[in-house]
Amino acid sequence: MRSRLFDPIPSSDITPETVYLQRRELIRGAAAGVALALAGCERPAEAMSATPPASAPKPEIPGLRRWPESTSETRTSYRDLTQYNNFYEFGTDKSDPAEHSGRFRPRPWSVEIAGAAEVTGRFELDDLLKGIALEERIYRLRCVEAWSMVVPWNGFPLATLLRRFKPTSRAKYVAFTTVERPAEMPGQRRNTLDWPYREALRIDEAMHPLTLFAVGVYGRLLPNQNGAPLRLVVPWKYGFKSIKSIVRIEFSERQPYTSWSDMAADEYGFYANVNPAVDHPRWSQASERRIAEGASIFKARIATLPFNGYAEQVASLYAGMDPTTLY
Amino acid sequence: MPIALAKLALFVLCLLPAAWLAWQVLLGDPGPDPVEHIVHETGAWTLRLLLLTLAVTPLRRFSGWNGLIRLRRMLGLYAFFYATLHFASYLLLDLGAFWSQLLTDIVKRPYITVGFSAWLLLLPLAFTSTNAMMRRLGRHWQRLHRLSYLITLLGVLHFIWLVKADLREPLLYATLFAVLMLARWRPRRLNHQS
Repeated sequence: MRSRLFDPIPSSDITPETVYLQRRELIRGAAAGVALALAGCERPAEAMSATPPASAPKPEIPGLRRWPESTSETRTSYRDLTQYNNFYEFGTDKSDPAEHSGRFRPRPWSVEIAGAAEVTGRFELDDLLKGIALEERIYRLRCVEAWSMVVPWNGFPLATLLRRFKPTSRAKYVAFTTVERPAEMPGQRRNTLDWPYREALRIDEAMHPLTLFAVGVYGRLLPNQNGAPLRLVVPWKYGFKSIKSIVRIEFSERQPYTSWSDMAADEYGFYANVNPAVDHPRWSQASERRIAEGASIFKARIATLPFNGYAEQVASLYAGMDPTTLY
Repeated sequence: MPIALAKLALFVLCLLPAAWLAWQVLLGDPGPDPVEHIVHETGAWTLRLLLLTLAVTPLRRFSGWNGLIRLRRMLGLYAFFYATLHFASYLLLDLGAFWSQLLTDIVKRPYITVGFSAWLLLLPLAFTSTNAMMRRLGRHWQRLHRLSYLITLLGVLHFIWLVKADLREPLLYATLFAVLMLARWRPRRLNHQS
């Protein structure tokens, strides 16, 4: 799709090798996904555990730039972060997404851009990624359920993409929507949540340099259970803000609907900033169970940091706000 | 089947989940979050054994096999065994060095309050489970052990309360509990009428 988005295209930006190779990978990945689906979805769990990926698999996305500020904490293994997921579209057990996402096809993929921006419309994912250099950023991920991981994401700052749509002054928030495909996402056939899943950020949060769009993890394209082919990563917020498999981005003037906080406002806030001082009504947020390679079962719990340890970079976004409302 | 053999079989059967869990943790694959796995599994087996204990009386009535009653104590004690493992793994593994959080949790978190109360209530039942205690307490023994209804109810509540959105599994336990309670009361009413 030719779009207004990319004119004028500097010659240096035309199909960089990363994107070119990545596209081929995407196609291969899609073919593999179909093959898996054809092989029978009754026992994908066994199929996976029969050949568990090594803890640090061979990277497939070439030319990743290393982000200098990555955390040096022990990473969560590739196996754990692809077998332990909250992605209710595929089921509510942590193992459901890995077991029941075999039918999901992350290709072809397009994203609709709507709302208060000069450039709107539907764009192919490949076009959106054109000219964008992918980085490896190792972030902490803190789930609202009080467990955490350390994840080497492959992606790019969301601001890089959002600027291309030229949001207007009325764009105060950015809303994201997950794809709705009950035929491929068995969890969506039950009313666990009000489908499709929606999340949103304030525009300054969305434009913050830490806010990432990820297309891969551990140098590999995102597996279906991790939000293929495109997901948000906001490291200072609880994991549910980092919405997966995004098909729609809307710039809006008013605070948009967000799935968890609108379903249970007393338990989940709009901001959902990691905040050890404000407990979830049913459990403490002061500490977390770290899921990391080689972690001892006797020392799993560690203290939770304000803004998940990113206070220095993001606390100023909330200057003047009541800290007890920031959960 | 002689009762001694039935007891031995039941003893081994009830021990299997704990043995399987120990094998997973020590030698096999306990999954990405072993602590959560241990706490969840021991909790689920506590509930299952509590429900099995409550199933003895109705099953005995419907099947006519009175020998079943002689297996009930072992089921009850195993429920206590798994409840203790559940509580200990929460305290020592999940909280670990953060155990002082437990005091806050017991007071502030309804589902922990409820679960902890259930475990406390199991203590006198386990303590009075011997033949000598049964003789000593006489008819009070049965009244005391009716606490098992309340304990199971608390266990079911404990599970319902901690779930985020998918209530299927805890509601299955709640339904089983309701069925077992109904099966228990109906014959009595009939007796009154006759």
